[in-house]
Amino acid sequence: MPSETLEAVREIRELSYAEAVREALGQAMEADERVFLFGEDVGVYGGAFGVSGDLVHRFGKERVIDTPISELGIAGAAVGAAITGMRPVLEIQFSDFVTLAMEQLVNQAAKIRFMFGGKASVPMVVRLPGGSGTGAAAQHSQSLEAWFAHVPGLKVLQPSTPHDAKGMLLAAIDDPNPVLIFEHKLLYKTKGHVPAEAYRVPIGKAAIRREGTDVTIVGSSIMARKAEAAAERLATEGISAEVIDLRSIRPIDFTTIAESVRKTHRLLVVYEGVKTMGIGAEISAMIAESEVFDFLDAPIIRLGGADAPIPYNPVLEKAAVPQEDDIVTAAANLVRRGEA
Amino acid sequence: MSADQKPNQRPELAALDDATVAQALTRMHLIRKFEEAAEASYMRGLIHGTMHLSIGQEASAVGTTLPLEAHDYILSTHRGHGHCIARGAEPRLMFAEFFGKETGYCKGRGGSMHIADVEGGNLGANGIVGGGLPIAVGVGMSIKAQKNGRVCMVFFGDGASNEGAFHEALNMASIWKLPVVFVCENNKYGMSMDIGHAMAVANVADRAAAYGMPGHCLDGNDLAGVAAVAKVAIARARSGEGPSLIECKTYRWRGHSKSDRNLYRSKEEIEEWRNQDPIRRLEDELKAHDRFDAATLMKLEEDAQRDIDAAVEFARACPDPDPKDLTRDVYAL
Ligand SMILES: Cc1ncc(C[n+]2csc(CCOP(=O)(O)OP(=O)(O)O)c2C)c(N)n1
Repeated sequence: MPSETLEAVREIRELSYAEAVREALGQAMEADERVFLFGEDVGVYGGAFGVSGDLVHRFGKERVIDTPISELGIAGAAVGAAITGMRPVLEIQFSDFVTLAMEQLVNQAAKIRFMFGGKASVPMVVRLPGGSGTGAAAQHSQSLEAWFAHVPGLKVLQPSTPHDAKGMLLAAIDDPNPVLIFEHKLLYKTKGHVPAEAYRVPIGKAAIRREGTDVTIVGSSIMARKAEAAAERLATEGISAEVIDLRSIRPIDFTTIAESVRKTHRLLVVYEGVKTMGIGAEISAMIAESEVFDFLDAPIIRLGGADAPIPYNPVLEKAAVPQEDDIVTAAANLVRRGEA
Repeated sequence: MSADQKPNQRPELAALDDATVAQALTRMHLIRKFEEAAEASYMRGLIHGTMHLSIGQEASAVGTTLPLEAHDYILSTHRGHGHCIARGAEPRLMFAEFFGKETGYCKGRGGSMHIADVEGGNLGANGIVGGGLPIAVGVGMSIKAQKNGRVCMVFFGDGASNEGAFHEALNMASIWKLPVVFVCENNKYGMSMDIGHAMAVANVADRAAAYGMPGHCLDGNDLAGVAAVAKVAIARARSGEGPSLIECKTYRWRGHSKSDRNLYRSKEEIEEWRNQDPIRRLEDELKAHDRFDAATLMKLEEDAQRDIDAAVEFARACPDPDPKDLTRDVYAL
């Protein structure tokens, strides 16, 4: 096939986010016998969100393992398997249930290498479907990524596109550290370009989704998608927004954010997690502590989730997390304020 | 006709007078019809989110709670509509909650998985598997400290008994002899995982031995049998002898939730359990003993249907909450 045609085929290869994750899992298991998938209902049920699909039929019950409902136990089992030569990928059915597994992730997985003086490592990946928007209410809708970003020893990712979902999962499986990947439930059905080969998207590198000159909007996961849509609308109002998709919360790519703020002089940080004590606070403080602070023409704005659990009622649920309209309004106000 | 006229009745059924049986049947019908209406509302797009139906498990919810007194407490699970109704919750307010309305039990904040009626002794359904078990221990402690003679009954599934919370809770309740009744509704599956693959022992009740409390393994589709054992466990709790573990073997006819494609169980298995419908079983037994005639039984069912239809209409007409109240109940003032 001539290379132009190959290119064209690549261009049109679209997968959903869930399919992209599944493809990464399949490729990792094919390439490396140490990789196995572990979690509640990941087998014949195909995963609560359909992510594992037919993997149990392809790889068998020894490598796609249904577990009892025992989050602490299975997280600990993943740690044990990881320090003795395996590469477990653990699915926590809803990210909210990671609260039951906290001990093993925070006290054990994150610290073993350090405590052992570098003599062991914990190459495990934890996949966590999170976020609101499905009417699942307060115990099934949280965005808890900032908690884990607070723990040295863990890496925390939030891919927002099918392309990154695949490439970052493969990078995470290669990584010799415990990596938590928060997948937003509303993103699973979104489609996008996904190359067929087993490529990697580096951990710790943000993506500039749209270039702009008037304001920098930093978001991750579904908020990066909403920020892109908002930027498009802002453009029709004559405002040029630069959109940065963080992708990786820890390690965080401060360089990309700083360079953008140097150019735009204004910063809006958007995240679905509760606003108070969150990712926005960290990014704002990093700017405030750096020489980039002098480039600001206006105060930094944080748009985060309300200081409330996620409510069941759909009107309230929408009001509890930033929406596209909120981003447009905040960015426009920020630009006007900077000019005034 | 009174119960003692038929000497060949099982003692468990004979122990329940006609008024009690009628109330139990009514509640079982209300549960079934509540859930059928919930399912229909979901299909018609009237609610968002998901729900977990307990159709097929009605005898367990109603039988275990039948011997409770009005001031006793319960704690429920994600599959909790039945427990609420069994304790006398108002279907109108439950539907309002299900529809997310300000008039619902939790003002639309909780939804199907979090219905609570604290004044009525229902300390809440729970979206976290096993989440209610340790809470029941604390409720037991407060009953003991306040010497108010109450009992706390906590529901959970077979799957939940594999969580650490189950083991910690049973142990503490037992060492402190707390007035708690642990009720496991074993419907054979934790989502898609069957109990045979999830547990190293055959019955959840077998685990009671490890915590020094009685374990009762029951036919959970037999209302009278369940009520008889619950009565013993409740009496034991109330008298200060400590907790018990009751396991009701039953079955959910529907999938785990709305996203379930039912790939892990066969049509034959579902059919087999539908033939053990706890409502029809009780009705048939009552008819066989001439305790109720067909017309009376039919009327109980029709009345329940009417109540549920009215509850749906009520709930649909209720107002949504106001977004400006979003953070209203985050902290107590
Ligand atoms: C801590 C936690 N883990 C997982 C889940 C997801 N989940 C909800 S219900 C369920 C199955 C529960 O099975 P069981 O306890 O037997 O109750 P049943 O659904 O059969 O009534 C699972 C895995 C959850 N809600 N909470």
